[in-house]
Amino acid sequence: MKTKKQLLNRYMTYIVLIGVFALVTIGVETGIVSRHMRSLLVPICINIIMAVSLNLVIGFLGELSLGHAGFMSVGAYAGCLFSIHFEAVLPTFIRFPLAMAAGGLTASFFGLIVGIPVLRLKGDYLAIVTLAFGEIIRSVIINLDFTGGASGLKGTPQDSSFAWAFSIVLITYFVITNLADSKHGRAIHSLKENLIAAQSCGVDINLYKLMAFVISAFFAGAAGVLTGHNFSILTAGAFDYNRSIEILVMVVLGGIGNINGSILSACVLTVLPESLKFLSDYRMLIYSVVLIIITILGSSQRWKDIRSSLLSRISFKGKGKVKANANE
Amino acid sequence: MDFLSTLISGLSVGSIYALIALGYTMVYGIAKMLNFAHGDIIMVGAFTCVVAFSTWGMNVFVTIILSVVVCVLVGVLIEKIAYKPLRKAPPLSVLITAIGVSYFLQSTALLIFGPNQRSFPHIIDIPPIKIGSLTISGEAAATLACSFVLMAALSFFINRTTMGKAMRAVSEDKQAAELMGISVNRTISITFAIGSALASIAGIFFGATYGFIGPYSGSMPGIKAFVAAVFGGIGSIPGAMLGGILLGVIENMSKAYISTELSDAIVFGVLILVLLIKPTGLMGKAINEKV
Repeated sequence: MKTKKQLLNRYMTYIVLIGVFALVTIGVETGIVSRHMRSLLVPICINIIMAVSLNLVIGFLGELSLGHAGFMSVGAYAGCLFSIHFEAVLPTFIRFPLAMAAGGLTASFFGLIVGIPVLRLKGDYLAIVTLAFGEIIRSVIINLDFTGGASGLKGTPQDSSFAWAFSIVLITYFVITNLADSKHGRAIHSLKENLIAAQSCGVDINLYKLMAFVISAFFAGAAGVLTGHNFSILTAGAFDYNRSIEILVMVVLGGIGNINGSILSACVLTVLPESLKFLSDYRMLIYSVVLIIITILGSSQRWKDIRSSLLSRISFKGKGKVKANANE
Repeated sequence: MDFLSTLISGLSVGSIYALIALGYTMVYGIAKMLNFAHGDIIMVGAFTCVVAFSTWGMNVFVTIILSVVVCVLVGVLIEKIAYKPLRKAPPLSVLITAIGVSYFLQSTALLIFGPNQRSFPHIIDIPPIKIGSLTISGEAAATLACSFVLMAALSFFINRTTMGKAMRAVSEDKQAAELMGISVNRTISITFAIGSALASIAGIFFGATYGFIGPYSGSMPGIKAFVAAVFGGIGSIPGAMLGGILLGVIENMSKAYISTELSDAIVFGVLILVLLIKPTGLMGKAINEKV
């Protein structure tokens, strides 16, 4: 059920997203946004799509997936091979959405394959199967011929643009939030809260678990297609276990089950490491320390008390204020 | 004879995985957390060994003891600083912290030792053993022998000593154990200490077997040992030993008879198959959920 507040929250997110898109586009056109920042726009969108779709599995279904990058790589290869084959036949504005659909569908097919063992497993066992799946995909792709092997797939047309990537972000947000608000979304959420209670209320556990996996894999695949069309060489090594972990960190720091949080943390965690490049080798050290401190503070009761007393002093509503600031 | 030597090198790699998997499974059994930083402890142990043996020119036994001490200190410190404040936090936050710790150890090693892999000293100076046409390298023999002694010692410790009993109690029920006068925090610290000590030994054998070590060398054996722990049934100590050894044998067999490049895919594929047939791993206990 959507309350009025939730609905307002959703509309606000659309407005903020489109506003940011308009501002950035103007910035790019007038040259205010630096060349370096411009190259980050598509990766930011890709990470938003990845984080929001992973949040469906982690936040709503309540299962831990460590192989999200695996779906991404399947989608990327399917979409890129499609584009390479149809490059001469179809114009870009038809070919690219079709490539996206091809990548998304292939990834969701793999989502289904992984989803079936998932029905028997839970918790850490499920996590390890998704991790294993990601590693299998990677080593199989490296050993196949038509994927270009270890040296990578070359010759994909560079179709990705900020506008395309942004529209996929909007579609992802639209689908995932509407799913979350729908009857099916509530059924998925009920599995996280209490599996046995959900089952005894007549919720089809298998159907909804699979649904969450397949939809999440679809968007990961689409994000993969964007990635593949953004760089001139596509290598399977880019979608390893560390990439899955990177997305997982975004979801957890943004707040499990909080989609706006995922969007925000995907932006911050994509820009931050790039803007800290001047620290060179110390960058990862700082990142890791910040990661540890944030998680420890996030679950410490004393810090929560301090924060809520600080926020109550500010007359604005805490959440909206923080978000608006960060999006500037 | 080819088959036998493949089997033996598989057993020796497998017992390295088993030593690491024991750390995963013990920590999981007691603290109910996946310690993703455990793989990097191997790297810490191996680097300590390189510095002590090659740079400072220490004796083999002093080197090994030093590396165990360093790893135990690092392991216990990590637990005190990063994991203890999160005892009551949701499992995902703990996982993220563990990943943070893993990045921290890797980047610290990167800053100290640089990105290049270093060659590992010939610390195990045992001539190869020849039985007929079968040759077993000194490293493999030492790894096998040491791992079995350590595993036997660990089983004795867990099953026959008071401290082991306390560990088993904490893993069954933390609150009840506390009511029985067991210090949960001390037990968890000791678990981390034992796990890290085993990891440091595994790190030395890993370095001796492969001959090099780099800041990221710990992560892949770490993942494989994690897989081995799940394979055997996470939380089960004999399961971790069995899982590790089987994993090493399967990996070496598929490298020798199927394909070197696909060996990782085969290992993970077998894992998925086993979990499909037995969802809680080979030796894991199936727990029926009660309403």
